[in-house]
Amino acid sequence: MRFLDQNLEFTRLPGALESFHANADETQLSAFAAAVKQTGGRFVALWGSDERKRNSNAGGYAVHVAFGIAEGLALVTLPMHAENPEYPDLSEIFPAANRLQRTCFDLLGIRARGGDQRPWLRHANWPADYFPLRRDVDGARQFEAHNEDYAFVRVEGDGVHEIPVGPIHAGIIEPGHFRFSIVGEKVLRLEQRLGWTHKGIEKRFEQLPLAEAHKLAGRVSGDSTVAFAWAYCLAAESLAACTPPPRALWLRALLLERERVANHLGDLGALGNDAALSFGLAQFLRLKEDWLRLSGELFGHRFMMDAIVPGGVARDLPGGASEKIARQCNAIEREVRILKNIYDEHAGLQDRFLTTGRLNPALASALSISGLAGRASSQAWDLRTQFPITPYDQLDVRIATHRNGDVAARVTLRFEEVFESLRLTRIILTQLLENKSTEYFAPLPAAPDGAFGLGWIEGWRGDVLVALEAGPAGSIRRCHCHDSSTRTWPALEHAVMGNIVPDFPLINKSFNLSYSGQDL
Amino acid sequence: MYQLLKQILVTGIKTEAPPVADDALRVTTQRLEQAMLKTLGRALVIRHIDAGSCNGCELEIHALGNPYYNLEALGIRFAASPRHADLLLVTGPVASNMVVALQRAYEATPAPKLVVAVGDCGCNTGNCAGNSGGIFGESYASRGKVANVIPVDVAVPGCPPTPLALMQGILTAISGK
Repeated sequence: MRFLDQNLEFTRLPGALESFHANADETQLSAFAAAVKQTGGRFVALWGSDERKRNSNAGGYAVHVAFGIAEGLALVTLPMHAENPEYPDLSEIFPAANRLQRTCFDLLGIRARGGDQRPWLRHANWPADYFPLRRDVDGARQFEAHNEDYAFVRVEGDGVHEIPVGPIHAGIIEPGHFRFSIVGEKVLRLEQRLGWTHKGIEKRFEQLPLAEAHKLAGRVSGDSTVAFAWAYCLAAESLAACTPPPRALWLRALLLERERVANHLGDLGALGNDAALSFGLAQFLRLKEDWLRLSGELFGHRFMMDAIVPGGVARDLPGGASEKIARQCNAIEREVRILKNIYDEHAGLQDRFLTTGRLNPALASALSISGLAGRASSQAWDLRTQFPITPYDQLDVRIATHRNGDVAARVTLRFEEVFESLRLTRIILTQLLENKSTEYFAPLPAAPDGAFGLGWIEGWRGDVLVALEAGPAGSIRRCHCHDSSTRTWPALEHAVMGNIVPDFPLINKSFNLSYSGQDL
Repeated sequence: MYQLLKQILVTGIKTEAPPVADDALRVTTQRLEQAMLKTLGRALVIRHIDAGSCNGCELEIHALGNPYYNLEALGIRFAASPRHADLLLVTGPVASNMVVALQRAYEATPAPKLVVAVGDCGCNTGNCAGNSGGIFGESYASRGKVANVIPVDVAVPGCPPTPLALMQGILTAISGK
């Protein structure tokens, strides 16, 4: 089939997700990217793979670009020769491709022709000609660690000075480096240097059995463990032609909405705290702790890690769980409504939230921003309504969007999403009660060598994508994980411009992006 | 303001009893001198360092500040600089890209430089015993457990460790004998 009147023949990938794949040449890839841009589609992810020794004809490298279009997820693969592997620079069409293209070179040695050529994940801790994702590199070698001299863009002018922050930050957060160029208190420019928590996840996948690597996927970003585990399992189930029992899918949705609520509660507290209302932090962290404790009791893990497994879920709900969850939903909803009222009425808090850290809708669109940050800037993307897989096709999720794109919008959106997730949880519980089946797991059949599958799930922060290719005898040939943070980080550089330095922590928290998820 | 005060009153005090120190968590023999303990009491200052974690451990370290665990009530608080810290709370595995930063933070910490390694990835125990770096292992990008890069006093296993386990680890590090 063809999309967007382009000369590219797609085939639908097997499985629940509406996903399509096509091989392209350079001209076709560029033309397709331009057509996606023109028709209001979006760029989702870009990654590379080493195809050498696969077969003598196509042996070389490949770059894979995933686009979100009206029909679903369209994946375009561009094969490249083993000598001098290069592909057209897509960052002019989609600026979000910039860091991914640089990542691709750092890990595989395949280069975009043009655009920013600075390293991204590679700091000074392995040589420039060492490409860990190549098949003839085992990735085990360790090199001496050095401090890196990175070519930050300098802002010149009277009174401009720099504030370097990180990699170790002042709070309890992940490491990253922020280089502020400021005049007085005002931020002229922010440049991020990330990659500090790069721990070789993609290489590690290739050493794990396909049937067990959902655990690694669930640790790409700990706060999104459910979303990543589901995306991984969706990909694994697609390529192994496995359909989990309906009960398992309802339970997965229950887990995903619980993860959303847990993170939103924590963020709402932290956002109050960053605007000097520590009352908010104490209250919301108390609610979050109640929430986590029940998750721990019912699913054996406070963050529900390893609760989703290929073929279904690890365990069913224990007896009496429905009543406990329902009671907790009511209690949390009652308290969050009180707290929302307090936040809304608090002049000092609203003064800090309103118009701070604005990301306008046009920019959000240009930067391919999705998820929570996108929805707060009029980007009405939510996989739960757009390409709903079971059970979301029966849930009729009401997505919230705002157009102000400021901290206040991202706060309001979190409140609305908490209430919506609580509503969905109640429906899911009803469905689980009606569903008398006790089956929550179907064994995953052996996957044929070379089988390929995609998983795409709307996590609490945004969409997460897992692209999985099976190797021989139950191994993994290539697994790429993509967190929406990777695309959203550059938006923070824009949102902070013109704001004062002391508002940066608040703006940063309102996005609350994953470092580990982008560093891999 | 009325709503806010009412909410505080209705909520009441939620803080629970802290756990006791557990010497089984100790991996080295470093003990604080009795005299120092007397001076320090439990007024401990912690610098948290994420040396490459998946951010799961950070979620539980955050929880230490919630009203249930209320770590500050024990006189223990987090500082923004290693120069102000008595103890480094390090999550891992140690990413190669974080080695220099972690070493510099360790150097900047005044003696006695207590170090608590947090999580299965950072401490080579628990479910990942014998597997330095936990599920991430050791590679070009990961140096594995924290003890591979800086000396460690107490290791708190778990993926992630619960807030109670974390409190216990921290209290163990400052318990004398």
